[in-house]
Amino acid sequence: MKANSFTADTLRPAAFFDVARIRADFPILSQQVHGKPLVYFDNGATSQKPRVVIETLERYYAAENANIHRGVHTLSERATAAYEAAREKIRGFVNARFDKEIIFVRGTTEAINLVAQSYGRSFLRSGDEIIVSAMEHHSNIVPWQMVCEQVGARLRVIPINHDGEIVMEEYARLLNDRTKLVAVTHISNALGTVAPVKEIIAAARARGVPVLLDGAQAVPHLQIDVQDLGCDFYAFSGHKMFGPTGIGVLYGRCELLEKMPPYQGGGDMISLVTFEKTHYNVLPYKFEAGTPHIAGVIGLGAAVDYLKGLDWEQIAAHEHQLLSYATEALREFPALKIIGTAKDKAGVLSFVFDHVHAHDVGTILDQEGVAVRAGHHCAMPVMQRFGVPATTRASFAFYNTVEEIDVLVKAIQRVLKVFG
Amino acid sequence: MADLDDLYQEVILDHNKSPRNFRAMADANRKAEGYNPLCGDHVTVYLRLENGVIKDISFEGSGCAISKASASLMTAELKGKTESIAHELFDNVHKMLTGDSAGADASDKVGKLAILSGVCKFPARVKCASLAWHTVNAALAEDSRPASTE
Repeated sequence: MKANSFTADTLRPAAFFDVARIRADFPILSQQVHGKPLVYFDNGATSQKPRVVIETLERYYAAENANIHRGVHTLSERATAAYEAAREKIRGFVNARFDKEIIFVRGTTEAINLVAQSYGRSFLRSGDEIIVSAMEHHSNIVPWQMVCEQVGARLRVIPINHDGEIVMEEYARLLNDRTKLVAVTHISNALGTVAPVKEIIAAARARGVPVLLDGAQAVPHLQIDVQDLGCDFYAFSGHKMFGPTGIGVLYGRCELLEKMPPYQGGGDMISLVTFEKTHYNVLPYKFEAGTPHIAGVIGLGAAVDYLKGLDWEQIAAHEHQLLSYATEALREFPALKIIGTAKDKAGVLSFVFDHVHAHDVGTILDQEGVAVRAGHHCAMPVMQRFGVPATTRASFAFYNTVEEIDVLVKAIQRVLKVFG
Repeated sequence: MADLDDLYQEVILDHNKSPRNFRAMADANRKAEGYNPLCGDHVTVYLRLENGVIKDISFEGSGCAISKASASLMTAELKGKTESIAHELFDNVHKMLTGDSAGADASDKVGKLAILSGVCKFPARVKCASLAWHTVNAALAEDSRPASTE
């Protein structure tokens, strides 16, 4: 099969993006898998880490490790300063108004659970409605189902069309006086769709309904400005934006965070404890019970510094090129169907074959050094919507190259050779 | 190094393409469902068990080539066998798939199912191959809860 009829050069963007220099920053990318150069196309699951993040983690544990907000000793003061400096970096990264609007959590999942349990359980009542979309990750479905069960609220779902785009007319129809929260993904992990979040937020805010955005897939691709978006909550994970695992962020508008009760109780989140009464600490500490992932926070700060040093216009052009090159190349396979063909898409290509299951595709691609995700992508309702049990997903980051997509194409040819 | 040809052998590809006993069974007296929650693979196994003998066995569901071929091979192997032989086969297949130290020995005891021995070199795929077996175990035990590979 002839995979693509054009060369990489014809699609090279005008502004030269030095991807080789970027790749040199990521030590993991230079290895071989099954004797083939690693082609890492599983960035939607987790991204790789630049050397500066790895070195920051090592330096923290080797030279700076101490608990924060506690000790009067030098190391503790140093660790506290580094931890709070990272909070300020992340505030700048999403352009929040205040540091105290940045709450450190384990990841996007915990951030959404925090809002569901703290905001949801306090302010939702029986008969209220929460709106999500049909392309949510399980982590933006299940926490809401749990709170619905607890308070007697109801989950409403905005449908998506066959391209994997949110049907805005249906959203307008679903919004009503009972709607008390809207929680939608910024970018779909399974389909790559970029949701029209500004319109979604505007319609909700016109009714005074708060909006949470699941930004897990958006932060590695887009520059986020929570004030410009106008959302009330924005949840994201460090590990998908070239930072460490186990650390994530909940941005919350402070007017809402102030009136929300703590999510977990423990150390650091209190100002005074007696057996009769406990006074909670101020923001953001009210939501950060226990010793946090200090190294993770500082490592995430290093990732933000790294990202700030890149030219995001060039990155957008490069990622657009990767997606369009890969889309064109995969369309050359008649037996392959792309799932998720929204007009506004990020670097995610989900696809299926009539006769080859995603797992088999994933195993064969791995033998060629190509790492992809095969499965339901923690978005089973999306799979049900498209009537497929699973898809193979190639998800790109700015360190990927068009040459790597050529490797993917050759690996898919091998899949078809095995399965005929 | 794991070799792809060990995994996708002709017999496996054939059972994937034309699975044996791939149907619902109206007169089944045992039935169980199996899920692999990691990937969404799903299988239903039907049995007609008479006096401790598997008179008939069939399956339905969706999954990858390995899970489908494994289920197909399993039904072909278990038809006409007693319950106790089925349990013995389950143990040996499990040992073979997980590369248990007794695995090489076990693959001698599983007849045609030895074709699946290549799976143990692909740890991510072991659960695909074992799903149908966990499910038939549940059906034999009359366990009404869905079997899981987890």
